[in-house]
Amino acid sequence: MENLLQQLLNGITWGSIYALIALGYTMVYGVLKLINFAHGEVYMVGAMTGYYAAHALGVASTPSLGALLLVLLVSMLACGLLGALIERVAYRPLRGAGRLAPLITAIGVSLLLQNAGQLVFGADPKFFPALLRSEELVRVGGIAVSNIQVAVLATAIALMAALQYVVRRTRFGRAMRAVSYDAPAAALMGVPVDRVILGTFVLGSMLAAAAGILVGLSNPKIDPLMGLMPGLKAFVAAVLGGIGSVPGAMVGGLLLGVIETLVTGYLSSTYRDAIAFVILVLILLVRPTGLFGAPQTEKV
Amino acid sequence: MRGAWLTGAVCGASLAFVLACGGGERASNAIVVGHVASMTGDTATFGRSADQGMRMAIEKINAAGGALGKPIELVTEDDRSVTEEARTAAQKLIQRDQVVALLGEVASSRSLAAAPEAQRAQVPMISPGSTNPKVTEVGDYVFRACFIDPFQGAVMARFAVEELQAKRVAILFDFKQDYSVGLAEFFRETATKLGAEIVADERYTSGDIEFRAQLTTIRAAKPDAIFVPGYYTELGLIAKQARELGIDVPLLGGDGWDSEKTIEIGGAAVEGYYFSTHYAADSDSPRVQAFVSEFQTKYGATPDAMAALGYDTALILADALARAGTTDGAKLRDAIASTSGFEGVTGKISMDPQRNARKDAVVLKIAGGKFRYHKTVSAE
Amino acid sequence: MRARPLVAAGGVIACLIAIEVVAPRVLNPYYVTILSRIGIAVIAAVSLQLVNGFTGQFSIGHAGFMAIGAYASAALSVFAGAALLESVSQVVPLALARIVYFPLVLVFGGLVAAVSGIVVAVPALRLRGDYLAIATLGAGEIIRIAILNIDAVGGARGFSLASSAHPAIDLRFESLAGVFGVAFVTIAVLARLVYAGGGLAFRAVREDETAAESIGVATTRVKVEAFLVASFFAGVAGALFAHSEGYIHTNSFGFVRSFELVAFVVLGGLGSITGAILAAATLTALPEVLRGLGEWRMVLYSLLLIATMILRPQGLLGQRELWPISRLGRGAK
Repeated sequence: MENLLQQLLNGITWGSIYALIALGYTMVYGVLKLINFAHGEVYMVGAMTGYYAAHALGVASTPSLGALLLVLLVSMLACGLLGALIERVAYRPLRGAGRLAPLITAIGVSLLLQNAGQLVFGADPKFFPALLRSEELVRVGGIAVSNIQVAVLATAIALMAALQYVVRRTRFGRAMRAVSYDAPAAALMGVPVDRVILGTFVLGSMLAAAAGILVGLSNPKIDPLMGLMPGLKAFVAAVLGGIGSVPGAMVGGLLLGVIETLVTGYLSSTYRDAIAFVILVLILLVRPTGLFGAPQTEKV
Repeated sequence: MRGAWLTGAVCGASLAFVLACGGGERASNAIVVGHVASMTGDTATFGRSADQGMRMAIEKINAAGGALGKPIELVTEDDRSVTEEARTAAQKLIQRDQVVALLGEVASSRSLAAAPEAQRAQVPMISPGSTNPKVTEVGDYVFRACFIDPFQGAVMARFAVEELQAKRVAILFDFKQDYSVGLAEFFRETATKLGAEIVADERYTSGDIEFRAQLTTIRAAKPDAIFVPGYYTELGLIAKQARELGIDVPLLGGDGWDSEKTIEIGGAAVEGYYFSTHYAADSDSPRVQAFVSEFQTKYGATPDAMAALGYDTALILADALARAGTTDGAKLRDAIASTSGFEGVTGKISMDPQRNARKDAVVLKIAGGKFRYHKTVSAE
Repeated sequence: MRARPLVAAGGVIACLIAIEVVAPRVLNPYYVTILSRIGIAVIAAVSLQLVNGFTGQFSIGHAGFMAIGAYASAALSVFAGAALLESVSQVVPLALARIVYFPLVLVFGGLVAAVSGIVVAVPALRLRGDYLAIATLGAGEIIRIAILNIDAVGGARGFSLASSAHPAIDLRFESLAGVFGVAFVTIAVLARLVYAGGGLAFRAVREDETAAESIGVATTRVKVEAFLVASFFAGVAGALFAHSEGYIHTNSFGFVRSFELVAFVVLGGLGSITGAILAAATLTALPEVLRGLGEWRMVLYSLLLIATMILRPQGLLGQRELWPISRLGRGAK
């Protein structure tokens, strides 16, 4: 029993990382109907930026909540810029060029960031500085809860709540929703579609950056290729929850984390990576719009 | 018709391109040696380490007059950590650069792809770090400068059962890496033969950063020791997460742990763990000390196992060149095969009849934030 | 008019014989390997073109079918082929036996891949657009991970095309003419399929699936057929790869490989067989040409991809063909 609870805790914490990355995918897909394959690399850049920022700002060896927040801020800003740059340079020219061209370009950007990352950051894995001193907070029976896990969960939840607020309660959020329902109509209504899309990319990238920092905190090994798998899996999470749906991405991410952990722990650790894809295929067959997505009717 | 012209133009242009890129000017008095390495891609760290070790060795050799009176030139071809690219890299080095010998690869799967080319062209090949027994079985021109999985797996199994008195052992290995799969297999075999029980057999993939699921399962099986024959790239996190989950039995490993990054990433978590490797950096052997400090001066980092193996591989080749007195393939091959008692930084090396290196393994303990020599296990 | 195809076929066979004789003497093995890889890439790319270009379905897991073809044919050769060849060589010269054996092995690889193609296609083709793309990506990954876990074919250690029981038999197939021959057959078959009368169905599904359905085109059957044929040839490409490399590892069939194939098809022009051929050939040769650039190679490669997509998204040839490929289809029912 305690084993199960421990695994659940592991799964939820890990899943919250997926959730943060999935949010970026789902928002961009909502407004652009584009799978931004390069998103996983933004997560990687977030982690790398955090690493360099921590060292540059001199907080690498002085763990504290303040240090964490500072590095988080710097990284999120940097990646917001990166996301905007990618949108502007790689995707905007291809608006209206069908679905495959932007997909290929996204793959190209992803490969570019990975390989450029190896050149710029070096291929060696780096040790992310401990911005919070790791302590075991609580040990209930056999279940260990560390303060880092709590920090990860808390930050993730806070960010998701903030995003929900932005999406539901601000003008920008409304504009985003309008564009995702019907972009031409939104344009006709005076919504600055280009700026909304840019903003969506920025928001998504900021969340990916946060995910990178949180991963650096709880699994402190980072390298330029770290974004590939989590990126794909987060995409699966977004699809699971219903691509285009913000709460869907959150639930999808957590769910994927839990399922992955439980399967690895109880069934077989061999299929850890395959699980995400099996879920993907299953969900697309059984309920392609995901848990929270609205069924789409195709207009002829 | 226009199509035909266009096609002809494209074909002609590409052909011209390809042929024009044929090897550059080589100093006519240099001995050209090829290195097939993963300088980019998944296992770039290992390829680069090996390359650094080799280059440092070759610099030293050239400073002392080179081999056969000529400088050695190392040409490194990147295989991007892609299996079939190792074969093309080997072919390019052999056919276009006309290398007298081939060094590499670090990964057994890529060595297996490249070796047949070396064998066919009768160019001696020495792998610095491939541990799958099949590599040298490809042919009599293929050698390796390291010990093989069966030996190393048995070393740690014996250590676990005999010295640590472990009766219940768990294994957590990297099923994507040949090295890890092989070591785990031989460990399993020997440990079971010695009477221990394998209570958990879990896997992960290189690149993973989250191991809590597998570790929780292992924890539930209550092992006395856990064998983690993976690379240092994952080991640090595995150790940390194991501690966080309250696992305090020792973790054991192989030479894949041998890097300063193990301590950098693992920190306090890896204290008290043991692993087998080729050499001890804190060994008071002056040869090792000199190597470590030279490496640090030149590259600003402590050499890991691959760097040390790369270094020794280059030195073995140079030594063989000197003994052969020629760059002729067959004679060089024979000289390498008769390497005996060669003093490298990774130990005293002799080539056995299967062209694998007979050398002792050392077991190191991680204590006080450093690797400390624990004991030597000699090759049987 | 009747004689034309025969003359063309004769010309092609003559070329192949010439290559077979000349190539080993003139080209060093490094170039032979590159050209051989180009041939295999062309086969895989053209097969994918059928699905992505002509039928308009986004399949981005094609390397999985190559993997199945490669491993199935390699397993056949190692576990049965060597024994077969050895016993046959008692009666018939080995060279002759090999010439008969290899096409069979390739077809076997193709058939196993085709079966897996149906297994993937039937459920996946209920999806459209991006969803299908991701489902095929998932399928490709599942296939790769599944193979990685089959110990009998090596798993993480890779699979070597050498039978320990019959060491004298060389299971490798290193004929450049053979590779080009298979490539030619692939191109001919696919051109015929697409440009003959019935081939319009593929393009109808691509242009507007709902409209096609409403005028009576059996869209699901068409899509499954495309997948079937494409995965067959991908399997053949995989089998060729296995038998020319002599050693295979699942690393060679990951999503990077799938993306490369998609890049060939898109850059060449979605809907152009010649485009796929040119793109596959150029982009397979390019990393070798750029070899001197070392670490910058992949960076340049991805920049090239992005630039091409932005500046000329229809790819090199769009839907046009360069050579009279479409004529290969005319005259067939």
